[in-house]
Amino acid sequence: MTTTTTDYLLHAQDISKHYGAVVALRSASLAVRPGEVHALMGANGAGKSTLVKILTGAVRPDGGTIMVRGRERTAHSPAEARRGGLVSVYQEPALIPDLDIFSNLRLTETPIEPFRHWLEELGLPDLDLSAMARTLPLASLRIIDLARALAIDPDVLMLDEMTAALPANLTERVLEVLNRMRGGSSSVIFISHRMTEIGSVCDRATVLREGETVGVVDVGEGSAERIVELMLGEAVDQQEALAERHHVVAPEQRKHTPRVSVRNLALNTRLKDVSFDLYEGEVLGVVALEGQGQDELFDVLSGWERPHSGEIFVNGQQVSFRHPADAIRAGLVFVPADRAEALLMQRSVRENIALPFSSRLPRWGWIRKKKEHQTVSHSIEKLQIDTRAQGEVRRLSGGNQQKVTIARWVASGVETLLCFDPTRGIDIRTKNQIYVLLRELADSGAAILLYTSELSEIPLVCDRAIVIFGGEVVGEVDARHADEPTLLKAAHNIGTEKEMAEAVSETTTVPLGPETDEEEEAPS
Amino acid sequence: MSAAVSTSARASAGWSTSLVSALRRSGWTISLLGILAVLLLITKAIQPTFGASGIQGLAISVMPLALASVAQAVVVIARGIDLSVGSMMALTSVVSAALMEGRSETAAIGIVLGVLLLGLLLGAVNGTLIVVTRVPDIVVTLAMLFVWAGCALLVMETPGGASAQWLRSLTSGPLLSSWIPKAAVVMLLIVAVIWLPIRRSRLGLSLYAIGSEPLAAFRSGISVGRTKIFAYMLTGLFSAFGGLSLTATTGIATPVPGPYTLMSVAAVVLGGVSLSGGRGGVFGPIVAVVILSLLRTIMTFLNVNTNLATVVQGFILVGVVMVGSLIQLRRSRR
Repeated sequence: MTTTTTDYLLHAQDISKHYGAVVALRSASLAVRPGEVHALMGANGAGKSTLVKILTGAVRPDGGTIMVRGRERTAHSPAEARRGGLVSVYQEPALIPDLDIFSNLRLTETPIEPFRHWLEELGLPDLDLSAMARTLPLASLRIIDLARALAIDPDVLMLDEMTAALPANLTERVLEVLNRMRGGSSSVIFISHRMTEIGSVCDRATVLREGETVGVVDVGEGSAERIVELMLGEAVDQQEALAERHHVVAPEQRKHTPRVSVRNLALNTRLKDVSFDLYEGEVLGVVALEGQGQDELFDVLSGWERPHSGEIFVNGQQVSFRHPADAIRAGLVFVPADRAEALLMQRSVRENIALPFSSRLPRWGWIRKKKEHQTVSHSIEKLQIDTRAQGEVRRLSGGNQQKVTIARWVASGVETLLCFDPTRGIDIRTKNQIYVLLRELADSGAAILLYTSELSEIPLVCDRAIVIFGGEVVGEVDARHADEPTLLKAAHNIGTEKEMAEAVSETTTVPLGPETDEEEEAPS
Repeated sequence: MSAAVSTSARASAGWSTSLVSALRRSGWTISLLGILAVLLLITKAIQPTFGASGIQGLAISVMPLALASVAQAVVVIARGIDLSVGSMMALTSVVSAALMEGRSETAAIGIVLGVLLLGLLLGAVNGTLIVVTRVPDIVVTLAMLFVWAGCALLVMETPGGASAQWLRSLTSGPLLSSWIPKAAVVMLLIVAVIWLPIRRSRLGLSLYAIGSEPLAAFRSGISVGRTKIFAYMLTGLFSAFGGLSLTATTGIATPVPGPYTLMSVAAVVLGGVSLSGGRGGVFGPIVAVVILSLLRTIMTFLNVNTNLATVVQGFILVGVVMVGSLIQLRRSRR
């Protein structure tokens, strides 16, 4: 214990990992001090997930050493890592959908009382432990997963994109808990793409680029810029370019008939009464907190669900979708947050891109391979998809997968694009590329409806934004001049007397708001 | 320590809510029992002489298939499938009958235990091959279907052998009342004594876990491979019980496997176990077996051509499962 070789709780050195010809990790190092919250940063494909998998024993490294409390250790399975005090919470919760929460806890031998304590701390005090995991919303499952990890008092807690797609109030509780853990005996490895979160809870940050550790930064004033610089290498200017181009666009070139008109749409209890117009050439943002009916809205527009009431018009003509194919035929195409919903994971990049327009060909007869090939190559180039592992989409990084889902619609000539949180869990560089692409598509005449869980994206990409609260449209904002605090207030529906009280208490506990724009937008 | 905490938590959950959720979870089995009751009434209406002896006969004829379907249910819950159930039953049956022929009643006890061990071993071979080679379950067990069936023929080329008297008496005749067949009681006891403790243990949860979501199970610290092998061992064990029940109910053994494998898959599906794993139990399939068998009986009473009866049975299977999934769909929509 008193070895002077290292004061680190966890020390990984020169970790390398190859998958065939693809190098996932070249030489990654990570040193975590006791009691610190340590950020692990890197663009998509930089090797973060691989490093996490190696630390938790899910994947075996080709080279390098891992020391825990100064002793060398190799875990061969998550169970072993867990016993060694290293617990992780993944992007997809590791709860068994067909078991109730109680059984899930028993499965991991988690003591109940501390678990309940942490649930309370994290803002889910009334959870019914006999509820089946599959019946709970994703956000709750994430919190449960985190509480379960905290309950066994781990030495090192690893959080992989824990806050992605978590509603603002829960995110805040998570950050609060992390903050309180600082200076204690255990450490946290925190992975997030949100700079503000890094700034508010982390002590230091290790930055990976192309499988290598390129720097360790003390988090503080101006560190965000330093981190972004390290992450991106040279290409930092894109977002600025985007901001410029943005102001050149004239948004008022509206035609008389909107591309898509939605009137009084309702579905289940979530979506109550939504109406809006979407014009060609614009990106219309949807501002909403988690679960305000935006999921249902996109489900209806993409033909997944049929609305209980309300009307949809495309180019002035009323339509009703019985199947996603109807929506696609009407020119409404969908990019979901979860790439797995949209892609054939075991097929090639090319096939995935070609799928929608191949299926438009006559049912009988050959697919014209050559024509297909050209179109596909064009969109791969346009979106700068990394094609090193193009044989199977599931081997691509998350950002590249998302590009493929967009590319397939670009290839077939997009009219109306419905993007539901398309940048969820994607690094800044790829995000930038997606923003630029969305703007370009809009400029060339496409109509784009964009919901995003990151409010800072709204002023960056959108022309206008509608605010949905409690299943109804409660307002519209000029997105180009809206800053994040304004949007956040709008999302909480501050303004109507009824919600005033709760909303005020909500905003006063959001210290993260005002900083976001600067840090995310222009790291010059 | 965790055990103490867990019991207190269970108590705090309250009896009424846990009862309600238990009822909801076994809703499928309960409705199957309803169908069964209706079918019994129909049988009685068509054939007024159908009574205690009819029930006895039904229980005895149903026993091997019921055990086969329990065997199948266990692997299917763990997201596997075992096409060698019928062959394992044939093999364990011929081994038991061959060994018991001419041996004493007490020696038969050892033989029965040995045959059960053999079942565990056969299952372990199946499971290990699947886990180690990573060849899909359906391919491995299809291959093992031939291996075990061949072994059975090596042991005994023609039907023969014998059963110990105590083993035979375990499955014949009534218990306490003439309406309670001993075969049914013994079968339910076997299943309850083996399955219920497992179902409640961490191992049982692991079976459901790897069937429901293997990745999440792995991340929860479960050894997916080991759990899978365990599932196949249990299947082997229940198949051995099935084989013993064949020997016990007929008094001899037949080396050629009966139609148990595919019937067991049918019963598992009808019994409310999801073929994609993670959902269902073993008692639903048992009820399903009785229903399938009773349908045959009814059609026999109605003088339906036996081949036509098979066709009808198939359609009923599809129909019931379809209705079931429609109900499930409705429920998940709500």
